[in-house]
Amino acid sequence: MSVKTATGAPARLPGSAAPQKGLWAWLNKRLPVDEFITSQLTGYYAPKNFNIWYFFGSLALFVLVMQLVTGIFLTMFYQPGELTSFDSVEYIMREVDFGWLIRYLHSTGASAFFIVVYLHMFRAFLYGSYRAPRELLWLIGMLVYLALMAEAFMGYVLPWGNMSFWGAQVIVNLFGTIPGIGTPLVEWIRGDYGIADATLDRFFALHVVALPLALLLLVMLHLVALHQSGSNNPDGIEIKEKVGPDGKPLDGIPFHPYYTVKDVVGVGVFLVLFALVVFFKPTLGGLFLEAPNFEPANPMSTPEHIAPVWYFTPYYAILRAVPDQRMGALLMLLAVVSFLFLPWLDRSPVKSMRYRGWISRTALALFAVSFVALGYLGLQPAEGLYVVLARIFAAIYFAFFLLMPFYSRVDAVKPVPDRVTYRAH
Amino acid sequence: MRTDRGRGRRGWLAAALLSVAVAATHGAWAAEEAGGSPEAAANPEVPARFGADWQSWHAANDVSDIPSVQRGARNFVSYCLGCHSLKYERWSRLGEDLGVPPRLLQQDLLPPGDKPAQYILTSMPAADAEAWFGKTPPDLTLMARARGQDYLYQFLKTFYVDPARQTGANNLRLPTTAMPHVLSELEGLKRAVYKEANSGAEGGQAIHQQVFDHFEQIAPGRLSAAEYDGFVRDTVNFLDYVSEPTQTARRALGVWVVLFLLVFTWLAWLVKREYWKDVH
Repeated sequence: MSVKTATGAPARLPGSAAPQKGLWAWLNKRLPVDEFITSQLTGYYAPKNFNIWYFFGSLALFVLVMQLVTGIFLTMFYQPGELTSFDSVEYIMREVDFGWLIRYLHSTGASAFFIVVYLHMFRAFLYGSYRAPRELLWLIGMLVYLALMAEAFMGYVLPWGNMSFWGAQVIVNLFGTIPGIGTPLVEWIRGDYGIADATLDRFFALHVVALPLALLLLVMLHLVALHQSGSNNPDGIEIKEKVGPDGKPLDGIPFHPYYTVKDVVGVGVFLVLFALVVFFKPTLGGLFLEAPNFEPANPMSTPEHIAPVWYFTPYYAILRAVPDQRMGALLMLLAVVSFLFLPWLDRSPVKSMRYRGWISRTALALFAVSFVALGYLGLQPAEGLYVVLARIFAAIYFAFFLLMPFYSRVDAVKPVPDRVTYRAH
Repeated sequence: MRTDRGRGRRGWLAAALLSVAVAATHGAWAAEEAGGSPEAAANPEVPARFGADWQSWHAANDVSDIPSVQRGARNFVSYCLGCHSLKYERWSRLGEDLGVPPRLLQQDLLPPGDKPAQYILTSMPAADAEAWFGKTPPDLTLMARARGQDYLYQFLKTFYVDPARQTGANNLRLPTTAMPHVLSELEGLKRAVYKEANSGAEGGQAIHQQVFDHFEQIAPGRLSAAEYDGFVRDTVNFLDYVSEPTQTARRALGVWVVLFLLVFTWLAWLVKREYWKDVH
């Protein structure tokens, strides 16, 4: 098909011509709604062999929207400030109609966001989705992840519970390890000599305005970059290279309606699990909402174990595994930044784990185990065997990235098929 | 400040007297609506070496057991409100959630002069409390969520006589607590029996120290051991309710939401299957 509109989107085929009259025509003459739907949904071809790992992108978008909507309602009742934050959260929980539901949706949503994002990232590891031509897509995705971490951290401080306070203390102090500018930098971030009212107010501004805007912009860029190169798939084959006489990928199907109806099923399954937590275990045994956070922030009383929320604990375990705080903070930073280099560290001739050898598979399995283990260790006190284990798993974590250029190249690969593997149901 | 409402010491005394009065009338409505208290099923037998396993004690309370929560509310007003507030809970909310009719709420629970729309606040001035106990007694609204029900249960059951303490009492769950054993008239007095324990060697020298072994009752209270256990359990149950008054409604709504979502997901799957029949 060679007929294109001025923007490069495929033109309507004869026979399905757009109506020339009426409101729809009036609208489309002024705003390219129809053209957008055609180019991005009904005319956007996605590989037909997506498996369960491909639900998490749309789920992340769904959770983002849910966080924005519940966040707007929370903002109507929440009052930032040393003297008002904790009380206003309890006011929401007790006196606002369905305030408890909005708050639990938002607090559970934060953890759910990280669960789907981590699974989404693992999918990229499995099928080499970060490889050319999708390096920029991966980098933008990593920026989304970094913005999400900042967003979650600042949101965690807002209820002004005791763990909010001490968690903020520990994390903000990490910037103090930067040589030279550390101390003034930390004061500049806090706006005070300690975590205080000024800190809370600015974290509120960043949490509800600046970072959500950044997140939305980055997510949009992420989607634009995705639609530019098209989705990868479990076989790691470029479907654009095998097109039929009509110019459409042989192994592709229109995103709408096929993947929209499929993703709705994914949202349904997700919501069932999500609702089970929200309605029956909203604190998830102290993992999603920690017990010390039901006591107001108290600079005079340190919680027994200060630990961040579970989604930061892998990095926290790495921080504590190093005796020197400055080195620990550096390694922690490196642990996050390592992901950015993935497209250039991976030298395997194939993308998907399906066609890679045992070395790559073992490396990925060890990495996944280390990440989960570090997450667990970050929740435990930093003593004895826990520290030893954290060091071992941190070593595996970094070895996965550092050794990748070597093992990914020497690892035996299986022949990649011409067409995607798909069994019709 | 919410606690400083000019009621002063005289008000506090009145509240304390009211507490005693309420304790004396002992749950006219609670007993009526509960159909008797579990304290009736008293077991006078105290297990040997009572308290040896205190760290594994569980509150095992049930917030949906409204009569128990009602008794807990009565206990709270009688024994806790003299010093502790529930500053996020209104009297009227308590009445509605626990099914206490407004007339009885006013008559049996509300301190004189308080209105149902007011928050449940102690009349003890914070400054006095600090002078008397060394620290202001904490607000208890969220204590069950912050520390857990088992913690509260263990705390209320492990007070023991300790002449070294200013209050004459100490506690296993929270050693050197500033709180006196206000429930001693109900529980009676017990003392801690210690045993010699070898806590390892340091520098070739074996270290012996006294560790807690079990409790020994030295003076009886008004309640038997089983009755006191029921009393504490009800009180913890009430504090659990207060820490999240919406929890029963939350679970009830959750059942319908999950059922709806299951049907929705099943229908969505049928639609998906229909569409995907075209994909080969």
